[in-house]
Amino acid sequence: MAFQRMKVALVAAATMSSLTAVTLTAASNSAGAATTVNWAKVQHLAASGPTSMAALVAAAKKEGKLNVIALPNNWANYGALISSFQKKYKIKINSENPDGSSAQEIQALTADKGRSTAPDVIDVGTSYALTAKASHLLAPYRVATWNAIPASLKDPKGYWFDDYGGYVAIGCDTAAVPTCPTSFKAMLSETKAAGYKIGLNNSPTTSNSALAGVQAAALANGGSLGNVNAGVNFFAQLNKNGTFVPVIANATTVQSGATNIVIWWDYLQAAGISPALKTWKVTVPSDAALGEYYTQAISASAPDPAAARLWEEYLYSVKGQNLWLQGLARPVELAFMQTHHLANKAWLAKLPALPKGVKPVFPTTAQIAAAATVVTNTWNTQVGAG
Amino acid sequence: MTDHQIVTSGPDAKVSGPEVDVPSFRAPLGRVLRTLRVTLAVVPFAVYVFLGLGIPTIAIIWQAFHDAQGRWTMANIHVALQGSYLMGFENSIKLALLTSIVPGILGVFLAYAIEASRNSFLKRLVGTASGVLANFGGVNLAFMFIASLGATGVLTGWLRAIHLDPWNFGFDLYTFYGVAFVYMYFQIPLMVLVITPALGGLRASWREAAQNLGASSWHYWRYVGIPVLMPSVLGGMLLLFGSAFAAYATAQSLTTGIIALSPIQIGALLDGNVISNQVNLGYAIGFGMLVVLTVTMILYGLVRRRASKWLQ
Amino acid sequence: MASIGFGAGDPIIVPVSEAPEDDVAYETPHVSSRRRRVRWWRVVVLTLSAAYFFIPLFAGLKFALQGLNGHFSFDAITSLPSAPGFSEAFWLSIRLAAATLAISAILTVPTTIYVHLRLPRMRRIMEFVTVLPIVIPPILIIVGVLDAAPLWLRASPYLLSLEYAVLAMPFVYRSLDAGLSAIDLKTLVEASRSLGGNWLKTMWRVVLPNLRTALLSAMMLTLALVLGEYTMASLDLWNTIPVWIVQFQNAANGHIQVAAAMLGLVGTWLLITLVVSLDRSGSRRSRRRTGKL
Repeated sequence: MAFQRMKVALVAAATMSSLTAVTLTAASNSAGAATTVNWAKVQHLAASGPTSMAALVAAAKKEGKLNVIALPNNWANYGALISSFQKKYKIKINSENPDGSSAQEIQALTADKGRSTAPDVIDVGTSYALTAKASHLLAPYRVATWNAIPASLKDPKGYWFDDYGGYVAIGCDTAAVPTCPTSFKAMLSETKAAGYKIGLNNSPTTSNSALAGVQAAALANGGSLGNVNAGVNFFAQLNKNGTFVPVIANATTVQSGATNIVIWWDYLQAAGISPALKTWKVTVPSDAALGEYYTQAISASAPDPAAARLWEEYLYSVKGQNLWLQGLARPVELAFMQTHHLANKAWLAKLPALPKGVKPVFPTTAQIAAAATVVTNTWNTQVGAG
Repeated sequence: MTDHQIVTSGPDAKVSGPEVDVPSFRAPLGRVLRTLRVTLAVVPFAVYVFLGLGIPTIAIIWQAFHDAQGRWTMANIHVALQGSYLMGFENSIKLALLTSIVPGILGVFLAYAIEASRNSFLKRLVGTASGVLANFGGVNLAFMFIASLGATGVLTGWLRAIHLDPWNFGFDLYTFYGVAFVYMYFQIPLMVLVITPALGGLRASWREAAQNLGASSWHYWRYVGIPVLMPSVLGGMLLLFGSAFAAYATAQSLTTGIIALSPIQIGALLDGNVISNQVNLGYAIGFGMLVVLTVTMILYGLVRRRASKWLQ
Repeated sequence: MASIGFGAGDPIIVPVSEAPEDDVAYETPHVSSRRRRVRWWRVVVLTLSAAYFFIPLFAGLKFALQGLNGHFSFDAITSLPSAPGFSEAFWLSIRLAAATLAISAILTVPTTIYVHLRLPRMRRIMEFVTVLPIVIPPILIIVGVLDAAPLWLRASPYLLSLEYAVLAMPFVYRSLDAGLSAIDLKTLVEASRSLGGNWLKTMWRVVLPNLRTALLSAMMLTLALVLGEYTMASLDLWNTIPVWIVQFQNAANGHIQVAAAMLGLVGTWLLITLVVSLDRSGSRRSRRRTGKL
């Protein structure tokens, strides 16, 4: 009797286990392809199969987190991008060192390699992306909307790709300054009596936008994008006139009255100063329209490669690009979106207008490097006292 | 301090004077073992200091003499000693000297003024405030001064109301001397911190004795006060020199690079957004800073020995 | 210490004075006028110092207590504790401070006492070694450390504590050195040992209580350092309080940034004052217990 019961139990157990084994194998066979995808090596999505968008989303959710670095919330509307991504995919974004520089991002790639908090993606000045590529720190990846990115603004193999940009702009406190200058030449003509307190957001040897400001000043004063002596002399003259305030200009200095004119990226002024001061007006100078894009890249040693790629797909989707537009930055696919009527009209209308008759110029990395060399050698002798 | 020699009887007796006699054939070994055991106690500390300081120093030196691909090169050192980088060293040294000597002396006077007052509340306030302010600086300090002495500053406004606008008299916060003026905000507290314990060691009985022996104030200071304080004052100034030499965020916020200063140049190369491929040059400048500071420490040692002899 | 010039030993107090009016007055007019002159000079120094240190503080506070419309408002300050990252940054700073204090207590304090007791000749070397952290600027220390440290160390915020303990060494050593020079360490230790105390009891119940002021001063300086250090923490990518404060720099409302800075400054000062006041209450308690000073 007991043996009979045991036999029945054994048979039942055997059937159960074999059934389970079959089901598990079947399941793993279908999911097996997805779990064995090494997302760190994936260079672009396929329409279907183990490297499709759906698989990417699943893999990213499995990773559960994304590490970004040096992305202030009010820089090109990254705050909204981060929160909307988190809401849509339920993937937590760790935003480290929001005030960091491009150099710190590259350093973090090497210094934090292996840490689970190492950055997955970076957003840096283009020359830094080039240096990182040369140091084999980046993984190539081409987003789904790759063809919408202009050829000059991306690496052909996908190691880096530009994301958003803006123009050097003159911001001015209309309440404090009687006549706001709308060109570089106008800034030169005034002396201290006119109450100009002109600031850059940092030293041009440290800050991209300040260097761009010097390049724009050079353009407006007969120099060129690479040979920026004219720009350095411009600021030297401003300092001599007593109208240049060499502090780090931002909302704090504007609100306290230390600076009432700031030369900075148009989108950063819109997000960084305009909210604090209703009377702050941002215009692109009428004698030089210099634009520059920042650059995205994925870390070769990203701790969350699937999440990193999903983030890039999100940023370069219509939704992501429009969120950058909301931050009054010009997304890199803007031309494509405008032709295909995908750009958000309301936000597009808010962009500072390019003045008539000025052709926008975009410096190459070689020109930026040349300008940096000139500035390093002459800034403190010409503008400062040595 | 007088010497005390306590000799007690019993098995636990320890003598602080000359060594006790030990059985003869084991004497040298015993002494060696004892010295070894005694020095062994400071080994953890030495190891820690080596790890905490030595390793970073070695890393800096290594990077200064190699390029981005890891090859040995003198090029970075060569560049670091020219042009605006050389100017950076000059300015940094000048600024550090100025803001170690002047705030150093002012700090001694302030510390003495506090110490001489009998108000213990004031002493505690200054003690704690010095601790906090000695570590203060950077963006926030720069703003506080911009908000007080900038063109639209609070103090500027008050002074302008009585027709004493400092900007009209040539005062400019955003220059070398302006930066030095702001540096005093953390340099003076640092000196106060260092010199207060030494001032506490200046016994009142010495002052009374000097007075009673007919010494004038000047004589007291010349023969008692200054010689006693001199080592601490010099040590404090060395600390101040190092602190000012390495300070970076304050000058950056006030002058954003129109004054060449080595820490700011290192920051632009290692921590900036413009020059992406000259990291090793930054290390080379750092190496230069190490050399300057080492030389300063040697000079400090020489001056201190000479000063103590001279004031004897 | 340099020799005083009167010869060894405490000078004898000789109540002799030349001025004729002295017979009656305890304080000669000569002395009292000197004291008056000194007092006046002290007032000048203190007033100028107060002005120099308080006016910028006032300017900062004034700006922090302004709303967007320029009028007085607490908005900037009240929005801080609920600002994102504040509690994490605060808690991180406290943990780092505790770890730094622990490292100093385990390493620097015993070594200093030991050197004072057994290796007086090493005092010179110790002085030199403890000045070394000044020689290497913090920006270089952290860059070098990150270059050389192994991964498991880099991944931990306590790497900062290790370096903070090094940075604090000059101050901790100086405090202890001054305190140890003021007490007669050898006598105390020998007395305690000869009365039958072992090393632990000697340290805990004899030496350390006599060093209370120096220890608290060292603790205060270490705390101030950890709560104020920015360069190394920001380059090591940890959000301590000073780093958290600076990240408001790009916020569109400057009042918040300055409010955060002022809060950090005043908060650190309050915390340190609390620590230092432990000294007074502690010594009062021990006085009551033993019935004498």
